[in-house]
Amino acid sequence: MLHLGPLKDVQGEAGEDDVHAVPDWPARFAELAASARDARLRAFYAAGLPAGDTPLGEVPMVALDVETTGLDPRRDEIVSVGVVPMDLERIRSSASRHWVVRPRRVLDAESVTLHGITHSQVAAAPDLGEVLGELLDALAGRIVVVHCRAIERGFLAAALRERIGEALAFAAIDTMELEARVHRQRKRGWWARLFDRSPQLSIRLADARARYGLPRYRPHHALSDALATAELLQAQVAHRYTVDTPLAELWR
Amino acid sequence: MQVEQLEILDFLRAHAPFGELPEDTLQRVAAAVDVRYFKAGSRILEFGQAAEAWFVVRSGAVEIYRRNGTLYNRLTEGGYFGEFGLLRNKRVRFPAAAIEDTLLYLIPEPVFTELFESNEQFADYVEIEDRSRLRQVLSRREDANQLMTAKVDTLVSRAAVMLDREASAADAARHMTAEGVSSLLITAGDDEGEPDGAVPRIVGIITDRDLRTRLLAEGLPYDTAVSEIMSAGLVTVEHNQLVFEAMLRMLRNNVHHLPVLRHGRPLGVIALSDIIHYESRNSLFVVGNIFRQSSVDDLAALTGDVRACFTRMVGEDANSRMIGAAMAVIGRSFKQRLLELAEAELGPPPVPYCFLALGSMARQEQLIVTDQDNALILDNSFDPARHDDYFKALATIVCDGLARCGYSYCTGGVMATNPKWRQPLRVWEGYFTDWIERPTPQGLLDSGIFFDLDGVWGETGWADGLRRLVARKAKASPRFLACMARNALLRTPPLGFFKDFVMESDGRHTNTINMKRRGTAPLADLVRVHALAVGSRARNSFERLRDIIDADILPRGRGQDLHDALEFISMVRIRHQAEDLAAGREPDNSIEPENLSEFERKSLRDAFQILANAQSFLKYRYQPGRAN
Repeated sequence: MLHLGPLKDVQGEAGEDDVHAVPDWPARFAELAASARDARLRAFYAAGLPAGDTPLGEVPMVALDVETTGLDPRRDEIVSVGVVPMDLERIRSSASRHWVVRPRRVLDAESVTLHGITHSQVAAAPDLGEVLGELLDALAGRIVVVHCRAIERGFLAAALRERIGEALAFAAIDTMELEARVHRQRKRGWWARLFDRSPQLSIRLADARARYGLPRYRPHHALSDALATAELLQAQVAHRYTVDTPLAELWR
Repeated sequence: MQVEQLEILDFLRAHAPFGELPEDTLQRVAAAVDVRYFKAGSRILEFGQAAEAWFVVRSGAVEIYRRNGTLYNRLTEGGYFGEFGLLRNKRVRFPAAAIEDTLLYLIPEPVFTELFESNEQFADYVEIEDRSRLRQVLSRREDANQLMTAKVDTLVSRAAVMLDREASAADAARHMTAEGVSSLLITAGDDEGEPDGAVPRIVGIITDRDLRTRLLAEGLPYDTAVSEIMSAGLVTVEHNQLVFEAMLRMLRNNVHHLPVLRHGRPLGVIALSDIIHYESRNSLFVVGNIFRQSSVDDLAALTGDVRACFTRMVGEDANSRMIGAAMAVIGRSFKQRLLELAEAELGPPPVPYCFLALGSMARQEQLIVTDQDNALILDNSFDPARHDDYFKALATIVCDGLARCGYSYCTGGVMATNPKWRQPLRVWEGYFTDWIERPTPQGLLDSGIFFDLDGVWGETGWADGLRRLVARKAKASPRFLACMARNALLRTPPLGFFKDFVMESDGRHTNTINMKRRGTAPLADLVRVHALAVGSRARNSFERLRDIIDADILPRGRGQDLHDALEFISMVRIRHQAEDLAAGREPDNSIEPENLSEFERKSLRDAFQILANAQSFLKYRYQPGRAN
């Protein structure tokens, strides 16, 4: 994923992101399955989700990352998607999928250098709408694991709305938020802001990984980033939770 | 599907044994990898659980244990484990735990098995027994320097030209001219030959020089029988000996032609000129130079040449046996020349004597950093009151001279200057009889070095006699063997390496390893015990191993393993001494793991493992009271 600076209003894209309103995801999916018009979307919701009291050790998950042309879901677009199925026992890199997709607007030179996808690759790639069925199949029945859920939620919702006139909702465990729970727990008071010169710990993917002894991967490849996120979640659970922790403590 | 997990692909490509795989195979493996994170302190595998994957350490550190819980290995990035269980009964044989936060790549069993079965190089690398990998390492090296490891028979360009001993000198000259050879083997077609009479018995050799010095110069008639002017008491080599060994044999016996035998039949003759033409001249030059020097000062000035010769041999990829033998011949030549000089100064000896080399020089495993270990056997007519002044002076000249030439004094006092080690033959026979028949571990600790002995000068037959006595008595004395075995277990190898440390069996870390004390010395000790048990009279550890393998007392394949382990550890030791010399440092036997390549570490670990296993076997086999 990309987040080089402050996110530009992506939070607003997904209203359910309010911390005080974590939904009951299986119930929400049941409603959405009934109301969705697109058949692919309907099948995705109908696959259901594990209940909130399911122990983490039994939860099927899938790590997801999207690479985009920029940071604003209203203007920028997805250029690639990577997914890696996983659970706490194993990260199924062997079953991972990766799609390069063609944005409708022009790729600018800066984003090309970031994620290494060239114009010719993009020109030969399908539209996201053409691979949507495969993508939703890969996510179906699983809790999505992302680093910074606002990006994936915002961009996927915008892309679907543009193509099928419906948004996409999914249950996510956000490794960045899990990191923030530890390192950004207390608001720093005026005293601390005045006198505590220690820098706030970075919760960016590479920095968070380094704290768990995970190796440095080259960023900005959807599949590497999805794998990196999957590994980070296993590390976070190993250090801060247990296999018996209920899913609802983590999902958003 | 094209591999998209570049992180996994790139990591595997950068690490053995994956880097050697064909690109399409590598991609297939990378695409099959799954991943799992383990927190420091958590268990990864339990004994007996189903083995479903092969593990590669992507980051962090892992400990592998034996079933009884003792540490087997400690692995870090690029290390792998789990192959034992996959290759045997698909059950985990070595439990594992993460000792740091660890990320593992998992290669599923079917992919591993297919790779193992279809790719020989890969299989050799991860083979279930560490030893096979070491074999592979050594044989690849041997391929690389065929020249230096060539066997004698490669120098034989034509069949042996032979002549019956009844023929005349004139016949010989005509025959040699017609055949264009400089030597003839002389045969006897008499009744002492083999029963079938098909193979003529070789009784001597005649060379161009013999015709000149023994016939023409003596004014003998041309019809003199060749048996009158030939050299009898033939010095020969076997067809499968190293060219290098043939060269040493010529030097030792001062002959220029060697008949080459295969199963007792003459294959041909090689001349010194063949070898000079073929082999490096290095050690020959140094040895030649030693005998041209006329004072201790001049000899001491050759130290630099000796070191240069050592470095050159390492650079030319000579194996440890050649280097050890060359350095031993050089050391021996220093002794011989010093004895010549001493006799010139002191006059002829009042009674006959034999000067002994002991330890690594006797084993022909000498390197650059070495003590002088020597002794004197005197004739039984030796009378201390009348003769000892002479031999004390002789010993002093030699030992001081050796010290000047770079062979430091033996700290244990095993030198001919020590009156205890300057004794008549019958006293020496008494020493050995006593050591063998009334052994104590402490006593043998001090005298163990005498069980590697070689006559250097004078009545060298006495040294052979002592070796025969030892070979005869030792194998019949289980108590002696048990004591020797016990002493051979005092020095143990480390378990392996971890990061930039040497790792001991109990998990402790140290910064350096003494390759002699922890590697070659315990190996030589161990080989010596087995050699004594089978009555071998060989001095060199590799030759002893050959006798041990022939006697069939080791589990199958273990003799060859020990050979490989000794060769590899010796070469690491040798190479690092050569590096010290090249860098202008005083060479020693200590090695810092940070100066070892990943490859050397892995192979050294294999070699240490072989040594450790062989020590366990030794302990079991030579228990006091166990009948062998």
